[in-house]
Amino acid sequence: MAVEGKAIDALSQFELATTFGPIGRAVGFTQSNLHMLIAGALIVALMVIGMRPRAMVPGRLQSLAESAYGFIDEMLLAQVGPEGRRFFPFVFTLFMFVLFGNMLGLFPYAFTYTSHISLTFTLAMLVFVLITVVAIALHGKHFFGYFFPEGAPLWLAPIIIPVEIVSYLSRPVSLSIRLFANMVAGHVMLKVFATFVVMLGALGTLGPLLSIMPLAINVALVGFEVLVAFLQAYVFAILTCIYLHDAVHLH
Amino acid sequence: MPQLDFSNPLMLSKLVWLLIIFGLLYFVLKNYALPQVAAVLDERAARIAADLNAARDAQAAGEAAMAELRAATAAARSEAQAAVASAIAEANAKAAAEAEAINRRLDVQVAEAESRVRAARDSAMGALREVALDTTQAMLARLRVQAPANDVAAAVDRAAGGRG
Repeated sequence: MAVEGKAIDALSQFELATTFGPIGRAVGFTQSNLHMLIAGALIVALMVIGMRPRAMVPGRLQSLAESAYGFIDEMLLAQVGPEGRRFFPFVFTLFMFVLFGNMLGLFPYAFTYTSHISLTFTLAMLVFVLITVVAIALHGKHFFGYFFPEGAPLWLAPIIIPVEIVSYLSRPVSLSIRLFANMVAGHVMLKVFATFVVMLGALGTLGPLLSIMPLAINVALVGFEVLVAFLQAYVFAILTCIYLHDAVHLH
Repeated sequence: MPQLDFSNPLMLSKLVWLLIIFGLLYFVLKNYALPQVAAVLDERAARIAADLNAARDAQAAGEAAMAELRAATAAARSEAQAAVASAIAEANAKAAAEAEAINRRLDVQVAEAESRVRAARDSAMGALREVALDTTQAMLARLRVQAPANDVAAAVDRAAGGRG
């Protein structure tokens, strides 16, 4: 699937295609969206079926659901404080959506929707719009004081204000590129080494023996990618929390 | 890189579907899934707090009972000590009274005995004069000395009286 005329094609895995036949084609429903649906269904299933026993002493699935809840709850409380409770459903949805997207992408034949910059940037823009709206709603005109810290010498204003504005506007960019780049890099590497396995395996007598090396690398890479999948979801969530802290408290 | 091919119409439709799916997920989680988790966690926290309170109450009750027991023990001990002390004092007083009564009786008997001894001595002393007189007369008779009886008696009396 990746070897076409002995060339390594690591990027075709990111190509969009419609699913569900003509209906999907008519509404532009891609395999990316299908994986979003699967991820969403899994998240809802985890939270609803996992919590169904409502046990005082939780079982495995309930523990998983509760620790996911507690993880984001504590993160918000630590970063934003008690005012952060309001944003809990949003941050939780964001974290789980990114985490399940990253994890789902590691399954064979699966599509990694977080490997598209358009998607990560859209999510980052959701965060950016949210923090800006929250900051303006809470602080009104004082929000613009964010770009010029109190006590700074006035003559520095021409330097500080543009720098602050640029750093504020670059938030969604850095947020989206970090996730996108990590996912793409991981999947490209997996695909490249997987292609090596196939290419070396076709070499002849020694080939299958040599192909063990890239295979071993790929096994290690998958473990590494699981870590990256979790870590990037965590980074996305915690940066959202930090931005929310700035929006709520203005420094 | 397919991700940067923004001319692809699927890019936009994908994002529209993303917003729909993400919004749906947010709605379901916010309104159904998460409140359920919160309810279970709150219930557990309340249960733990209640149990802790109950344990704390039980501990306080136990400590109170312990203190009560300690106080009762101390009271019983002091009562017992008082009873023992009073019994000892009573016994001592009784013993002292008995000893005194015995002493009195003994004194009386001693006094009686002494008076009897004195009477006996006096009577013995009276007899002694007669014995002395008789002995004197016998000795005078053996020495063949003639003396009037009255002088002899006076001389004996003088000798006996001189000695007390």
